[in-house]
Amino acid sequence: MMPDNTFKRSSIVAIWVWLTLFALLPNLLVLMTSLMQQGDNELVRLQLTLNNYWELFDATYFKIFWHSIDIAAVCTLVCLVIGYPFAYFLARTESRYKAILLFLVIIPFWTSSLIRSYAIVAILKTHGILNSVLLDLGLITQPLHLLYSGVAVIVGLVYSLLPFMILPLYANIEKLDIRLIDAARDLGANRMRVFIRIILPLTLPGIIAGSMLVFLPAMSMFFIPDLLGGAKTMLVGNLIQNQFMSARNWPIGSAVSIILTALMGLMLVIYWRISKNRKEQQGLL
Amino acid sequence: MQNIIELKNVAKHFSDHQVLFNINLEVKNGEFLTLLGPSGCGKTTVLRLLSGFETPSNGTIIIDGKDVAGLPPHLRHVNTVFQSYALFPHMDVFENVAFGLRCKHLSQDEIEQRVAEALRMVKLEAYGHRKPQQLSGGQQQRVAIARAVVNKPLVLLLDEPLSSLDYRLRKTMQIELKQLQNQLGITFIFVTHDQEEALSMSDRVVVMHDGTMEQIGTPREVYEEPCNLSVAKFIGEANIFDTKILAADNKTLQVEIENKLFILKNRKKFTVDQTVHVLVRPEDLQVWSPQEVTDTQDMFAATVEQVIYKGCTVDLMLRLLSGKQLLATQFFNEDDEKLDYSTGENVWVNWIPGWEVILPHDA
Repeated sequence: MMPDNTFKRSSIVAIWVWLTLFALLPNLLVLMTSLMQQGDNELVRLQLTLNNYWELFDATYFKIFWHSIDIAAVCTLVCLVIGYPFAYFLARTESRYKAILLFLVIIPFWTSSLIRSYAIVAILKTHGILNSVLLDLGLITQPLHLLYSGVAVIVGLVYSLLPFMILPLYANIEKLDIRLIDAARDLGANRMRVFIRIILPLTLPGIIAGSMLVFLPAMSMFFIPDLLGGAKTMLVGNLIQNQFMSARNWPIGSAVSIILTALMGLMLVIYWRISKNRKEQQGLL
Repeated sequence: MQNIIELKNVAKHFSDHQVLFNINLEVKNGEFLTLLGPSGCGKTTVLRLLSGFETPSNGTIIIDGKDVAGLPPHLRHVNTVFQSYALFPHMDVFENVAFGLRCKHLSQDEIEQRVAEALRMVKLEAYGHRKPQQLSGGQQQRVAIARAVVNKPLVLLLDEPLSSLDYRLRKTMQIELKQLQNQLGITFIFVTHDQEEALSMSDRVVVMHDGTMEQIGTPREVYEEPCNLSVAKFIGEANIFDTKILAADNKTLQVEIENKLFILKNRKKFTVDQTVHVLVRPEDLQVWSPQEVTDTQDMFAATVEQVIYKGCTVDLMLRLLSGKQLLATQFFNEDDEKLDYSTGENVWVNWIPGWEVILPHDA
């Protein structure tokens, strides 16, 4: 009992220390910075103000936020449409290549997503791989302008974030009791009805979890819009980066960060409430 | 009565593994038929062939006069009560039962009326708004039954529906299921590995073993006249004496059992030198203490090894001089109220002549 308890305690303490040092403290610093003033000579002036938040009530910032939500939503939807069938197949297949397929989903994590985004640039650019192939095949006569567009940003985001959609969906679909599908078919439901009435409601937790894991990072991955969207696409992530790096306005950058964090927190709370309600309804709590 | 289901030369194999061999079966309309066998004998596969979840590798399945080859499960007029119940966890009891009716696009009024009727039948009318997880095992079982019968299927398939209930509840549900079947007049095909359940509920029992049908008959036939050794061993306990026929004519045969000669009725036209098994059920064995009997000509001497008190009966494990072990079940009745046996006691054993079953030796 004793060594077991010591191990348990020390690992919990280690996690606490780690999270305090590298998550709680930095966030508190950002929160404090967002309440300070921009200095002329120093980075921040130690004077409390809510001005930074007031400044954000401005059409330009609203547009950036709205545009970010729009792009993140499209990206989430595309990930869901691509990821769901794949996750379903992966969870249901009895192929001996199942482990390899799952492995393929995880492999991209081994490379920095920045480098992978450069790879997409190499594929999509005017004299890139895709255009060369299409030209050689004679399918097009002029190279397509794919790079530096909204489409390229979506492609990059989807490519980077797809595993975050597939993995929770896979975990959820694999748990789905196949006998329920048999029961529904036995009772006269065709494929469409089985999917809508049985499979979809029962995999909803996976859909929500995957969507959040895609939606939230999609709003803040600044280097993908930078690399693939050119200067045209400005997302919340880019805004924060600009305020910190170019405009040197740390308080405003911090305020945007805090709002983004609050937005994500709000979504987490909503998700938690929904899943708690569902569990209560099912009598599991 | 017409046949509601016919299986003709049905076989099934999964990749290289054959699970069903040449099944021929006719089920009459309104019959309670039980498929009985140990796990892995192919009984559940027969159900899945009928419900359409599997397709036969060979042969024809006819339901209500129509060949159902290629007909998917949702278009077949049969419903299944699954072993695990498979109730939809995200729907309440009402919606679970209504599921099949909604698939048929019936009006809301008719759905409500029929679901209420089905729930009343299984005594769950007050539980419509509960989620399946909030019900006990027995109640979930009832919902599963209501969900199937509400569709008024031609045939109800039941895949070991009572196996996860405790003993007492299982007994109650056996009676309720039987009553329900009488009331509805629907053909029931019931799968179980519990021989007692099979005998007490069915009109006919199909005894299955290793993908073949060993015997079809009324519960009484399969118990009292098993057609071979594996049926005899699977249904009920049996004491088996292996022996050879010494002499035989049309009416009688002579065998030696435990060094004693017996003349028994020759019901199955056995011939001399044939190896046979003489089977005696434990309840057909009589046990006597030495002072009760004078003529021990046709009796075996035995020692009591174990006494198992079972309430209404006493089971005795007996050891013969040859070392063979026998099981004898003794009932309490007015002749024998005490049934006082102690281990190590010497007794005499015989059986009521004519109650034995003689089976040929399977190669």
